[in-house]
Amino acid sequence: MAEFLVRRVAISIVTLFVITIVVFTGVRMIPGDPARVMAGTDADEAGLAEVREKYGLNDPIPVQYARWLALAVRGDLGESIRTRESVLLTVRRKLPITFQLACFAILIAIAIAIPVGVLSAFRRNTVWDYVANALSLCGLSVPSFWLGIMLILFFSVRLGWLPASGFVPFFEDPVANLQRMAMPAIVLGTALAAVLMRQTRNSMIEVLSADYIRTAYSKGLAARAVIFRHAIRNGLIPVVTILGLQMGALISGAVVTEQIFVVPGFGRLIVEAVFTRDYPLVQGVVLLTASAYVLINLLVDISYTVLDPRIRVTR
Amino acid sequence: MSTRPAATAEAWVLTDAAAGTASGRRAWRRLLRRPPAVVGAVVVLLFAVMALAAPWLARTDPLRTDWSKIRKPPSWTHPFGTDDLGRDVFSRVVWGSRVSMQAGVCAVLLAIAVGVPIGLIAGYYRGALDQLVMRFTDAWLSFPFLILAIGLVTILGPSLTNATVAIGLGATPSYIRLTRALVLATQAQEYVQSARAMGAGDTRVMLRHIVPNIFSALLVQATVSIPGAIIAEAILSFLGLGVQPPTPSWGTMLNTAQQFLESAPWMAWWPGLAIFSLALSFNLAGDGLRDLLDPRDY
Repeated sequence: MAEFLVRRVAISIVTLFVITIVVFTGVRMIPGDPARVMAGTDADEAGLAEVREKYGLNDPIPVQYARWLALAVRGDLGESIRTRESVLLTVRRKLPITFQLACFAILIAIAIAIPVGVLSAFRRNTVWDYVANALSLCGLSVPSFWLGIMLILFFSVRLGWLPASGFVPFFEDPVANLQRMAMPAIVLGTALAAVLMRQTRNSMIEVLSADYIRTAYSKGLAARAVIFRHAIRNGLIPVVTILGLQMGALISGAVVTEQIFVVPGFGRLIVEAVFTRDYPLVQGVVLLTASAYVLINLLVDISYTVLDPRIRVTR
Repeated sequence: MSTRPAATAEAWVLTDAAAGTASGRRAWRRLLRRPPAVVGAVVVLLFAVMALAAPWLARTDPLRTDWSKIRKPPSWTHPFGTDDLGRDVFSRVVWGSRVSMQAGVCAVLLAIAVGVPIGLIAGYYRGALDQLVMRFTDAWLSFPFLILAIGLVTILGPSLTNATVAIGLGATPSYIRLTRALVLATQAQEYVQSARAMGAGDTRVMLRHIVPNIFSALLVQATVSIPGAIIAEAILSFLGLGVQPPTPSWGTMLNTAQQFLESAPWMAWWPGLAIFSLALSFNLAGDGLRDLLDPRDY
């Protein structure tokens, strides 16, 4: 167990290290002079030289990387070119909005995917199963931004029930907040629900054909007891992993969803940073996203060992 | 197996081919029992035909603006209506299929071309090289697909080619992983070991014995990753990072449509419906293919 944990953490640290190299090189590969971008278009040669000196842009690339890494580890990701606000502060302001959106989306996805997935595994090859499969395939195939536009068209334009865009903080006006979050959360939750449902169904089918399930039946347990006490607990373990792996998709989804519904969150921040060529912001945001992903998956792997004792023994 | 002389290897291949046709016929029957997969494959083909025959199918020039026909609802002359510049939406949807098909298929081909050889070599030789490749792949996979694509398009500049490259490179690490895992599984098989025992070199073992046996799994993965690539291209174009106007693409059409939802909702219906049905058909066909090639009972 301890050996597995150490090994797993070591792999994560190496991965994080590679990520910093990729991000740093990636931003350096963007065409154009970084000094020109930071100093603004009307800066003269002397101004450019001053900026190069100030930010150490004359140093060799490995030196620049080491300095950037040393600062990043201490939580200093530089400041936005556009707003002069620190990158970390900007992210801290935007993140709660996206976090709320993501939580709602995950709740919606779980509420749909797990019951439907379990049911369709249990009633395999019946009408239930076919309908559930068809729904999941549709969820996988529908482009999220089009689904968003269609929801706006129906609920905002046609029926006038929900506001089409904008954001109100929850603690300012909970009702207005929920009204504005409902459609983005549904859009973001749909794709996730589709993936989770398929995974739930597949892993439940595998579990239902296991020997201990047959034993449970043959000792006379009712179907309900078998499902809830024996099958679900083991069947949902792979689902936890998928949920972890889907974090990346969730962030990608948030970028699109926030763009459509004009939610001023983390996803919109990324797109804005790219369009305004705010490189320190792009660099910081991408680094944070990738690191978060690595950490979440580390946690998922650790939670795996807690959920399934077999892994603890065999690894 | 070792008692067989190497000279009969050809006979083996022949028997294999014969067995192949028989199992092919069985597979075909199995496919026909799954109407959704057949429908999916047929619709994909229809879209391919539509992309190839765009100049004949869409009589109106997709780029021709007409100020007297701005945002007209669907009619006989313009079955899908007209857009904010008076262009025929039907023509633009038909021509847009070229962009989507091209981006989806090319991105996946790129991912295969880069990912499969790397995964093959890493899985075959193992050791330090494998560790290095896998750490790099892990890091690559930690960037959310869209963030990576947006980052790459920022570096390369927005265009259809660059969006395709970005999507392809974004999908590459999953092919590296899949290929490596398949190679590891295949390598343990007796036929690979016996090929080696008969003196086959590394290249021969990889190309003649491993690749043909992992091909079907890769084909299934390719079919199910094309819809993702098509949607990704539409998203990049929607965000303004892919195809640039006035070239018709479903993503850019939806971007424009969003501004006219109240006055011209039909502008948003058709391009989205096209993406949806193409992606759904690829997914249906991919599911059918998976059943066909991997007969585990899911």
